[in-house]
This record gives sequence, structure tokens and C-alpha cells, in this order.
Amino acid sequence: MITLDGVTKSYNTKGQPAINNISLHINKGEFVFIVGNSGSGKSTLIKLLLKELDATSGSIKVNGFEVNKLRRRKIPKFRRGIGCVFQDFRLLPDRNVYENVAFAQRVIEMPNRVIKKRVPEILTLVGLAAKYKSLPDELSGGEQQRVALARALVNRPNLLLADEPTGNLDPTNSIEIMRLLEEINERGTTVLVVTHNREIVNEMKKRVITLKNGVIISDQQEGGYIEN
Amino acid sequence: MRISTIIYAVKQGFKNIWNNLMFSVASIATMSACIFLFGLFFSIVVNFQYIVRNAESNVTMTVFFDENLDQGRINEIGELINARDEVVQINYISAQDAWESFRQEYFKGSEAAAESFQGDNPLAKLSSYEVYVDEIENQEELISYIQGLTGVRVVNSSESATKTLSTFNKLLGYVSAAIIIILLAVSIFLISNTISVGISVRSNEIAIMKLIGATNFFVRAPFTIEGIILGLVGSAIPLGLVYVLYGKTVSFVLTRFHILNDIVQFLDVKQVFSVLLPVGLLLGIGIGFVGSRFTIRKHLKV
Repeated sequence: MITLDGVTKSYNTKGQPAINNISLHINKGEFVFIVGNSGSGKSTLIKLLLKELDATSGSIKVNGFEVNKLRRRKIPKFRRGIGCVFQDFRLLPDRNVYENVAFAQRVIEMPNRVIKKRVPEILTLVGLAAKYKSLPDELSGGEQQRVALARALVNRPNLLLADEPTGNLDPTNSIEIMRLLEEINERGTTVLVVTHNREIVNEMKKRVITLKNGVIISDQQEGGYIEN
Repeated sequence: MRISTIIYAVKQGFKNIWNNLMFSVASIATMSACIFLFGLFFSIVVNFQYIVRNAESNVTMTVFFDENLDQGRINEIGELINARDEVVQINYISAQDAWESFRQEYFKGSEAAAESFQGDNPLAKLSSYEVYVDEIENQEELISYIQGLTGVRVVNSSESATKTLSTFNKLLGYVSAAIIIILLAVSIFLISNTISVGISVRSNEIAIMKLIGATNFFVRAPFTIEGIILGLVGSAIPLGLVYVLYGKTVSFVLTRFHILNDIVQFLDVKQVFSVLLPVGLLLGIGIGFVGSRFTIRKHLKV
């Protein structure tokens, strides 16, 4: 599903690379936490996987695509296989819950009949079917993140990248979001979560990859949060 | 591409205009000013050309011969002139024809005075050729050719007046073109500015679109449509205005200055708009399209 081979990313030639010669492999259907302090390279890694950034050297394979060799016009097709969730939700404030989720389908030019069928299904999955008319401002942080999750999943990606999905949430909402991510993973989607949340990482007993200064210092199956 | 995608892009285009109403209005106003001036200058230039063309077609030169030149040579000169490419028409005016014409024009109402000449023709030695030229630019060369022919005494023409009209017409064309080009540049700049604002307001939405997997076309389409709508509205308004003003101005000028009725003829508004309408609308759409494409290319690395 994801293979990184000797990947380095430098923002400038003089400083230390944000990602330094990383190699890792994530199988289809895995649930993986990426942890590490600020500046450890977690966000850069996510951006490399989404081809928001290009690696300085090394090879990245995601969903069968050679990411660093991907032509610009092929990027949309590549990204359609990946769902993204962010700490700040990134919802469209002028559109209601239904429209925010439907937006993801419109963007990939799905027919209206498919949109009308899939959006209610996915809103039911995240528990927001009753609030489909609400604007993002009228929802709690946890609910907003669930809308973001619904938007990420509605196009049925086989990989979900979540960058600090519980960063703006209280413990109760954080646990709910993580349970939802686990449920999504059980349905077959590969899930990669970047987080600072020690309690959740320790409780969920999933694979944990720890980064420090752009280097993997630990990669444990059923691991825990390592202070570094 | 799906119809629903086109509908979506059009809706978003209108939404962008509405969300940045002040900038949109400013763009439309500048575009309107530009197309209005274009319409105005275009109407003036085509009418002036029409007037000059009429003047040119009425301008002739008159060729007089040496005294006692025999009719054979006069006929030869006529054939030589007629053989020239720039000559459209040549008429021989005999001395008798010239006197008849003069008498009818200047002794109208006092025929008795004309009768006092009895059988004498005061213009007896003034037979001539009336020569019509295709374009005023060719007149000078033809005059020097005819003057070089043996037996030709003098060639009269009203070249200078027509030439002045032609020169003024050209000058008017150049000035109009310069003003229109400057205004076009300003319009493109303002439309580009409006689109830039739209892009910055929707930067979050654009970022999400890109991450979800929107194609470049999908991201760009609403902004391109926004530019085209601004261009279309910005050209339709002034063209309507020019249409109304043109008719009113022509009828005002011809009613107020009767004397012009005999001298100049204006083109019908429908004749002017058969060219101005498609050109003006295409110009507006073109400016909108170029302005938006230019901005999208600059701001959207999609």
C-alpha cells in the first residue's frame, strides 16, 4: 500500500532535512500511528504521501503509483484514492453538512444520483444523518471532525491519512473519532494517523512509528507512545 | 465532462461575482467604458470611411487639350488614359456638351442672355475628358502620367481636399486604436484583479478540491466562467447604449443641420452593428477569458 525507500526531503540545501533517508512499508488494511515531537517530520511525511511536496531523493509508492515520477496531470487520479482529515477540519463554512460531503463527490464529477445515494449513507456511518442541514458553525468540534471524516470517506478511498485528527478535540470526542477510524479500518481501509495524543496511542495498541528529527527511531507492532 | 459539472462551474462563477460584488462592478464598469469607447470610435471611423469613399467616388479630374489639337489625337489620349488600371470611368465632354451644361447651370431663368451668344460657343476650344479614379492615392501618379502626354494642356483636380479627408481618417483610426489598446490593457488588469480576489477568498476551498482529486479543469472552470461573464456583461451594456445613442445622434445631426443632408450620408445603425455587435461581444468575452486565464495561471498551481 505504502512503500518509502531511502526518502529524504530538504527544504533548503544548508539545514538538516525534514525527512532523512526514511524507509518503511505499510500493508493494505493496516492501522498505523505516526508519532513524534513538533519538527520531527510527521507533517512533511503526510505531504510527501499526498504529493503536496516532492521528495529530494528516494522513492515513494502509494496505491501502486510511483509518487515521485507522477506527472502533474495524473495527480488528481492518484489523490482520488486517498482520503484526508486535518486537525482544523477544513470544512466550507458557507455550506451545510450535506453539501460539504457532497462537495467531495462533485469535485470528482460523480453523477447526482450517486451523490444522493452515497452522502446519506456516509453521514449515517459517522452518526450525523440527522444534522445534514446544519452549517459547520452550528456543530461541535467532534461533529465537525466527523463531517470531515465523512467527506474523506465518501469517495471510497482505500487509504485514509489523518493529520492530528484529535488535535482540536476534547478527550471524549477524541475517543469517538478514533473509534470511528478503527471501524473504517475494519471495513478494509488502510488508516495512517499522525498524532500527539499519547493516551489514545497507548490505549489502541496499533502499529506505532516514531519519528525524531526526520528519522524513524522506532517501529513497533501493537506499540505505545515513546517519549523523545 | 458532465452537464452537472458545467452547471456547477456556472453556478460557482456567478457566486464568485456575487461574493466579490464591488470588484466585479468595477471590472464591468471599466470594461463597459472600454467597449463604449470602442463602439464610439468604431462608429465614427466606419462613417468617416463611408463619407471619404463617397467623396472619392465623386472626385474626378478634368483633362484639357492644347489649342487646335486634332480630334484623332484627342481620341488617342482618351484610349491611353482608359488603358490605365486605376481609371474606373472616362467621359468625353465635347465643347458643345460643355456649353450646354454651362448654359443650363448659369443662365437658368435668364435664357435670353444666353441667346445673345447666338451660334457662338464661348467654350469652343474647351473640350475635355472627365476621368474617375478608383482610389485617391492613385490620383497623383495618374495626373503626372496624363500631363506627360503630348497634346495635354492642363489637368484639373480637387486632390488636396480628398487627400486631407483620407489623412484625417487614417489619423482618427490610429488614435482610436491607441486609446482602445490602452483601455483593453486596463480592462484585462482589472478583471485579473477581480479574479485574484476570488481565488484568495476561496483558497481554502481550492486547497480541499486539489487534495480530493479535482482536475485542473474543474478548479479553473468557475474562474474562467467568472471572467467570461464579466466580459459579456461589460460589453453588452455599452453596446446597447451605443445602439440607442447612434440612432439618436444621427437623427439629431440631420434634423439640426439640414445642409449636411446633401453633403454627407451616415451608415444605418443596423449596418454598423452587423460588425460592431459580434466584434464587441467577442472582444468582451476575449478580455474576460484572457484576464481570467492569465490570473489562474499565475495564482493556481494546480
